[in-house]
Amino acid sequence: MTAATLEAIAKVEKSPGYWSGVLRRIARDPVAMFALCVIVAMILMAIFAPWIAPADPYRGQMLRRLRPIGTAGFPLGTDELGRDMLTRLIYGARLSLTMGVTPVIIAFFIGSAIGITAGYVGGKLNSALMRTIDVFFAFPSVLLAIALSGALGAGIFNGLLSLTIVFIPPIARIAESVTTAVRKIEYVEAARASGASGFTIVRVHVLGNVIGPIFVYATGLISVSLILASGLSFLGLGVKPPEPEWGLMLNTLRNAIYVQPWVAALPGLMIFITSISFNLLSDGLRSAMDIKA
Amino acid sequence: MSAPLLSVSGLTKHFPLKGGLFGRSTGTVRAVDGITFDVAEGETLGIVGESGCGKSTTARLLVDLITPDSGSIRLGGKEIGPDLSVRDLRRQVQMVFQDSYASLNPRLTMEDAISFGPMVGGMAGNKAVALARDLLARVGLDPSRFAGRYPHELSGGQRQRVNIARALAFSPKIVVLDEAVSALDKSVEAQVLNLLADLKAELGLTYIFISHDLNVVRYMSDRVMVMYLGQVAEIGPVEALYAAPAHPYSQALLAAMPSMDPDRRTMEAPLAGDPPNPINPPSGCRFHTRCRLADTVCSKGDPGLYVMPEAGHLAACHIHVPGSGHRDATSRAGVTA
Repeated sequence: MTAATLEAIAKVEKSPGYWSGVLRRIARDPVAMFALCVIVAMILMAIFAPWIAPADPYRGQMLRRLRPIGTAGFPLGTDELGRDMLTRLIYGARLSLTMGVTPVIIAFFIGSAIGITAGYVGGKLNSALMRTIDVFFAFPSVLLAIALSGALGAGIFNGLLSLTIVFIPPIARIAESVTTAVRKIEYVEAARASGASGFTIVRVHVLGNVIGPIFVYATGLISVSLILASGLSFLGLGVKPPEPEWGLMLNTLRNAIYVQPWVAALPGLMIFITSISFNLLSDGLRSAMDIKA
Repeated sequence: MSAPLLSVSGLTKHFPLKGGLFGRSTGTVRAVDGITFDVAEGETLGIVGESGCGKSTTARLLVDLITPDSGSIRLGGKEIGPDLSVRDLRRQVQMVFQDSYASLNPRLTMEDAISFGPMVGGMAGNKAVALARDLLARVGLDPSRFAGRYPHELSGGQRQRVNIARALAFSPKIVVLDEAVSALDKSVEAQVLNLLADLKAELGLTYIFISHDLNVVRYMSDRVMVMYLGQVAEIGPVEALYAAPAHPYSQALLAAMPSMDPDRRTMEAPLAGDPPNPINPPSGCRFHTRCRLADTVCSKGDPGLYVMPEAGHLAACHIHVPGSGHRDATSRAGVTA
């Protein structure tokens, strides 16, 4: 090794990596940043609910049922059992976000593992895995979630489980198609020609190039998951009363839609805001990643 | 010629065509169909031919990216498989691909891309990075400027230099260059070709240089192999073959070369149409459907490779075989290779 190269080793100009570029670009996207702020606010609200909420989410006052928005002491009115809406909406974020985000996170890992394996190994294993996954596509996702939680029984855990099962197939499918595309690119061939094992190639050369699109897709699924989780609760298959959860609240307040339409619409509004924020963030991520780098 | 460094014998690769409901095999693409050639240590063998003639498949077979159906590859006298593991083959035979961008992982810096192979081979991380920087300097890229860069920040020529550096990271004996300079600008191409020539002299490398550019092949190669539809049409020393191509296909290829002399410009296309489908190659000599010298015997028997008068010059054409039945067959006593 020459002296010049030895000296050069000490000081090497390092280009910013791909992910720092993605972060920089998304930080410049006002819509995505706004969505991120909303999501962070929602998460903080869920975490600090006991300190923020003005009242007890479970204690109702029968005399003060279905008060309109703006009632003194109840800024967002009260529900059908006289419980403070503001408090219940704040506490509702805990279960709703858990039910919305957790299945997608778990499905992201399991689905990616299945899809990347199928895509990289290819051949018969790919056919076996992907045809099994295809079976799940025969059912609409809502129906599948309802059928699964119906079969498993109501409850938070069973709700999470059925939603996770619902989201594994689409994530696996995306992961499989991106991996199949990446596997055929020559740098993977070059890595094979260097004698690396399949596992090493996937870790070093495949993962970094497929995880982005899968991640973007999974973020987009969070809004679907939120709505499905609310739907399950609405149907009585997820969270049970008196737990505060936006979907369940929407259900219990539906009888009051003619009495206090604005109050009854509030949980729906929360679901809408949260899910649209996740969608906007996902869109922002997509465009921040969609660059030749 | 002393014992060849690389000896390929009867190498065959057929790709099954899958179709129908259960992936039944509906035919085979005879990509490479029984090719035999030797490469001596320190020489450059050029491989030329039209698109789809099996050049790239041959390259991939040589580095075992795809497994041959039959035939053998011997490296330094040891047969791949029984005597020499694929792992050892890959240390000694490396490849540079045509697409300089696709052959670099967009998420890895140049030094990570080069050091990946040695690290897989068990080299310590810091040693591999030092090696990568040394190799970058070797291929004419200042490590302090390029080691931490990503592929999209480099030009095509710079990326191809990195690909060459990566191939050299194993200190291979043979480098297979599959259209390695074809995608580059002419001026950059010349620089990379000169770099390749310098590296060869410096490191005592052996090249298998695949290209469709006949001028580049002539400049780089000691010997040339002309391929047609998965078979060897002609192989021989570069000057002998360019001066007097023995196979009608080689003659047509060379006639299609743009001439620098305005008085000898190419007047008509020497070859018309596309090569026949390798799924159902023509019987006998595969070139007879497009050959201007075709005779009845050509569609019946495979001519095989015959030794021409010049040393190491072989051609697969009935016309050079006495008694082959071709109307123009020479009276020269041919020797079966």
